[in-house]
Amino acid sequence: MSGPDDRSPILEVNDAELRFGERVVWHHLSLDVQPGEFVAVLGPNGTGKTSLLRAMLGQHRLRSGTIRVNGHAPRSGDRDLGYIPQQRGMDRDTPMRGRDLVRLGLDGHRWGWWPLRSADRERIDELIDAVGARDYADSPVGLLSGGEQQRLRVAQALVGQPRILLCDEPLLSLDMHHQRRVAALIDQMRRSRDTAVVFVTHEINPILPYVDRVLYLAGGHHLIGPPREVMTTQSLSRLFGTHIEVVEVGGRLVIVGGEDHHHPHEEDAIARHEAAVLAEGRDA
Amino acid sequence: MEALTGLLTFEDYGALVSLLLNSILAAALLGVVGGLVSVFVMTRDIAFAVHGIAELSFAGAGLFLLVGMDVVLGSFVGSILAAIIIAVGGVRDSEKNAIIGVLMPFGLGLGILFLALYDGRAANKFGLLTGQIVAISDDQLRLLVICAILVLVTLAIVWRPLMFASLDPQVAQARGVRVGTLHIVFMITLGLAVALSVQVVGVLLVLALLVTPAAAATQVTASPILTPILSVIFAVVSSVGGVLIALGSPVVPISPFVTTISFAIYAVCRIVGRRRMARHVRARTQRESDLDLHPSLR
Repeated sequence: MSGPDDRSPILEVNDAELRFGERVVWHHLSLDVQPGEFVAVLGPNGTGKTSLLRAMLGQHRLRSGTIRVNGHAPRSGDRDLGYIPQQRGMDRDTPMRGRDLVRLGLDGHRWGWWPLRSADRERIDELIDAVGARDYADSPVGLLSGGEQQRLRVAQALVGQPRILLCDEPLLSLDMHHQRRVAALIDQMRRSRDTAVVFVTHEINPILPYVDRVLYLAGGHHLIGPPREVMTTQSLSRLFGTHIEVVEVGGRLVIVGGEDHHHPHEEDAIARHEAAVLAEGRDA
Repeated sequence: MEALTGLLTFEDYGALVSLLLNSILAAALLGVVGGLVSVFVMTRDIAFAVHGIAELSFAGAGLFLLVGMDVVLGSFVGSILAAIIIAVGGVRDSEKNAIIGVLMPFGLGLGILFLALYDGRAANKFGLLTGQIVAISDDQLRLLVICAILVLVTLAIVWRPLMFASLDPQVAQARGVRVGTLHIVFMITLGLAVALSVQVVGVLLVLALLVTPAAAATQVTASPILTPILSVIFAVVSSVGGVLIALGSPVVPISPFVTTISFAIYAVCRIVGRRRMARHVRARTQRESDLDLHPSLR
């Protein structure tokens, strides 16, 4: 694989500013992501990590600046973007098998109910094999483990051959064992397909071996750089404006102080705003 | 034995069947609609909303009865109004349930008030609550057919994105599915389906046709194609079967037969499905333990 910097970026964020009402969520945010690059987005709750993904998905409008996804402005239902959400338990009696969940990524948004074309069926089979889900592709999704469901969601997000994979805390609520496996899978997929990954998380350790760059958001400010440069006592202390201790213990980074340093009222403001956005979406 | 023969007499059965062809048709229609809609009632987990809509449907029917208009039309108006209020009423689930909980007794109370003020035949009053299909006129049947077709066409168009939005709203939205719009479209469809069901099994028992069929089907399959097909078969067998048996009974109304058949199907599916569930759970446990045993498989 060639180095990530000698090609044109697949995702460009240029001096972007997002506000909810009068509150600045982040500003002067610039970030170029190369094809195949793995970018982790970290930061305390309420600093606009998920909002960044939503801006890329065309669900939030920037106050100023631009986002270009594969050269075009963010738009709803963009085929260049794959999306993996947080794992969420599915009912045991969900009328869907593993492969049907993957298929939704291909034609779930289309009207009508037509049979699958054979080329699409092959694509689904290929993805199921690629994420190692063949053994349970025909089992009801509601009877799979959380880790298995997330593997299928990786396949679902990739089946439409997106150029960028947006992940919103996909490891949350998985046990450590499954966290490692799903993280390794996402890394393997982005390498074999040259897919850029923007990975929102509050816990960097499961993905630390794979991350090329970290975007750390805190209180409207941010830091961008390789994990070795961003995840240090000095950098994070400067970002937070208070002493943050980053300690390495057995290959894992432990951050002392950072997660506690958030503003509860701002977090509430964001939560309220997100609820309002969801309401707009529903009532649209 | 004598009590039993009093409940069921199949003399002149053929004549009765041809006389009540409208009712049988309406029941079959409802079976198809109920079977399909129940798939979404279950995946969207909105059984409570179904009940809430039914009780406002009752208020609408009661009002129309009181002012001398068509009862079936009244229940449609009530249903759709309720469905829209619930659809736009709240964002969070708890909020939605609260709204339904507030609407439900209000609707039922209104309905009882209208019926109390109405001084026509008593059979009409009770029929709304527990089913009244025996006397469906050609005009009413036409209305039922039109609404059923509307529901079926809408579902055929929105089926896939609606299923996507029901199972995984976040991903569906990211893929460009209009989750909010679909929600409202579905609630109106549901309102129509509830109003249809009220005609056959009555306000109090709509869940037998709008929840049970899909709940039974998903016990025995997870196929997204087989589930609606089985659900429709179960619902049609329950509704038409209930009507056909009830024709032989001068005293017992239709709904107990419909609900009993519906329940029996569910019970059988549940028993049949237990082995299937156990097999899948065993396979999962096996897969997980394989991973623990052989780190290379990771």
